[in-house]
Amino acid sequence: MSLLEIKNLHAKVENHEILKGIDLTVNPGEVHSIMGPNGSGKSTLAQVLARRENYEVTAGEVLYNGKDLLSLKPEEAAAEGIFMAFQYPVEIPGISNVYFLRSALNALRKYRGLEEMDAMDFLPMFREKLKLLEMDEKLMNRSVNEGFSGGEKKRNEILQMAVLEPKLAILDETDSGLDIDALKIVAKGVNSLRSPDRAMIVVTHYQRLLNYIVPDFVHVLMNGRIVRSGGPELALELEEKGYVDAERQAQLA
Amino acid sequence: MNTATQQLESYLEAFSELEKLAAWRDLPWWRKLREDAFARFAEVGFPTTHDEDWRFTNVSAIAQTPFQLATKESSSVSPEELEPWRVPDIRCQLVFVNGRFAPELSQIGKLPAGVTAGSLADEFSNHAQAIEAHLGRYLDIRRDAFSALNTAFAEDGAYVHIRKGVVAEDPIYLLFVSTGNKEPLMSHPRNLIVAEAESQASIIEDYVSLNSGTAFCNTATELVAGDSAVVSHYMVEREHPQAFNVSTLRIQQGRSANVASHSVLLGGGLVRNNVHPVLAGEGAECLINGLFIGSGRQHLDNYMLVEHASPHCDSRQFYNGILDGHAHGVFHGRIVVHKDAQKTDAKQTNRNLLLSDDAQIDTKPQLEIYADDVKCTHGATIGQIEENALFYLRSRGIDEVSARKLLLLAFANECLDRMKQDSVRTHLETLINRHLFQVANSVPAARVDRGEEQARKWEELG
Repeated sequence: MSLLEIKNLHAKVENHEILKGIDLTVNPGEVHSIMGPNGSGKSTLAQVLARRENYEVTAGEVLYNGKDLLSLKPEEAAAEGIFMAFQYPVEIPGISNVYFLRSALNALRKYRGLEEMDAMDFLPMFREKLKLLEMDEKLMNRSVNEGFSGGEKKRNEILQMAVLEPKLAILDETDSGLDIDALKIVAKGVNSLRSPDRAMIVVTHYQRLLNYIVPDFVHVLMNGRIVRSGGPELALELEEKGYVDAERQAQLA
Repeated sequence: MNTATQQLESYLEAFSELEKLAAWRDLPWWRKLREDAFARFAEVGFPTTHDEDWRFTNVSAIAQTPFQLATKESSSVSPEELEPWRVPDIRCQLVFVNGRFAPELSQIGKLPAGVTAGSLADEFSNHAQAIEAHLGRYLDIRRDAFSALNTAFAEDGAYVHIRKGVVAEDPIYLLFVSTGNKEPLMSHPRNLIVAEAESQASIIEDYVSLNSGTAFCNTATELVAGDSAVVSHYMVEREHPQAFNVSTLRIQQGRSANVASHSVLLGGGLVRNNVHPVLAGEGAECLINGLFIGSGRQHLDNYMLVEHASPHCDSRQFYNGILDGHAHGVFHGRIVVHKDAQKTDAKQTNRNLLLSDDAQIDTKPQLEIYADDVKCTHGATIGQIEENALFYLRSRGIDEVSARKLLLLAFANECLDRMKQDSVRTHLETLINRHLFQVANSVPAARVDRGEEQARKWEELG
């Protein structure tokens, strides 16, 4: 069974139709990249999958592990193993990173009928993950994302992913705004989480990230539809010829 | 006019009743002060919303209720009833029932040398000089009718005295219990806190009510911080929703004195919280920190008057409000910089979260600056729980109610973080946590979808 099956998905925001019939199947272990120009609907797709409520699905269906994903609340989707790394991670003054992450992990564990993890068990595991993302532990006693640099925020997203160990990770433009060093650290973190039972959807505007996170499939999203799909070589072609050419090719086909 | 006369008559009657009792008030200076105060109250009566200081708070419910002075008979409380309200881990606990000291419910323990904590009425004879030097010297009975009323009717309250250079490590906890009755009861606790030069102390005033009768607690505290004294004052309001509470904290600060006033308003129906520091000595510093959380039909009014009377003084005001249901919050922040108070640095911030369409906040800065070399800033925000933050937490698996609670707690934490006394902060954190859980639970989920932040912001530099 596929992990994720999107069929003819239509979605709108404030009466503006953004997704106009998306079809996509993702199997465990696969890494799919979704590329497209600004406004093509990439982020909307990511947000719909993470169950953001101000995106209204008007047609189509999404099956996750055979279940109707669109009937789930965001916290339920998370508990079922979906994780979205935010394009713009949110700052939450007054809640420390450690507290937030442990609360999140325990909420997931509770949903799955597991015992809550106390600080003694949590910390050693957490420190391992911090090392992976080359993050300073001091940062973790500060409020969530508050005063973090752009790179620190993105690394923090991948850190959360490493702690929460999702089945389906959606990275929404995790590369944008990163310098090459930060990009390498983020990619290293992501690659270390690749596994036969975990799938990823990497949403990006630029091909650059895909030099470091090599996808199995590349899809071109334009104007709310996937217009082309292929292997990693498609990303290179896009980089060279641009999205306009990709659209023309699609129309010819 | 007729009802106003009737009101006054009932207070006059109560006042002359009181005159016959309580011998300690026969000291001539104190008698005169009380008579002046009553005359002043009789002259001005209760304020109305035409009065600028009372624009957002209508006290006619207090004016129209025929309150009786609580008698000793109407004030019996058992230790068991009180137990759930006490703060654990604090050794010195003074309990006042309807404004009167209740020794059988109190535990003063062994206080360090140089620290006095007890009933004002009892200590009047032991510390006559010290009390006369301060009691009634700071509270402005001409400006404020409730202060006049308190002075006229004051029978008892707490007297705390810290001798020069003495550091009172443990906080001093004052628990004020209102017991309702069939008849509406009023009490006027009067507290005097004197921290001499270079001394240090933390004092907590905690207001609770035991049963559901209508009660009006009109309390006033004069806090005198001598040169270089360091004092933390905590005011906690957690009475029931039928309670009226007017509290006035008048702070007098000497040279380089450092005072922190923390207010946490959770309970009460109609609450007015006056904080009035006067930075009288050069280089004094004042922190005015507050959190008010209202739901139902609560009305929580915070009136700050910060007077800079000397050069090089700093004041910081931070008030956070969370309002749900039909609750109405008020933040009135007045800063007066006198003409000699050069190099004043005064800052004021009021942040508010409105959790329902019917909740209301009035926030008003008022700066009066008569010096020319000063820094005064003020700012206020009114917003809702941010949809972005809520979604972020939920997308990590935290359910909606918990996520809301976490965000409210984070907002409240800004105030808690400013409290230095660990045991008090921990206790208040527990109280706030419990209180917020009820608030977070009561918010219908549907509201979240419309969570567009409609923040109204203003920031000015004067």
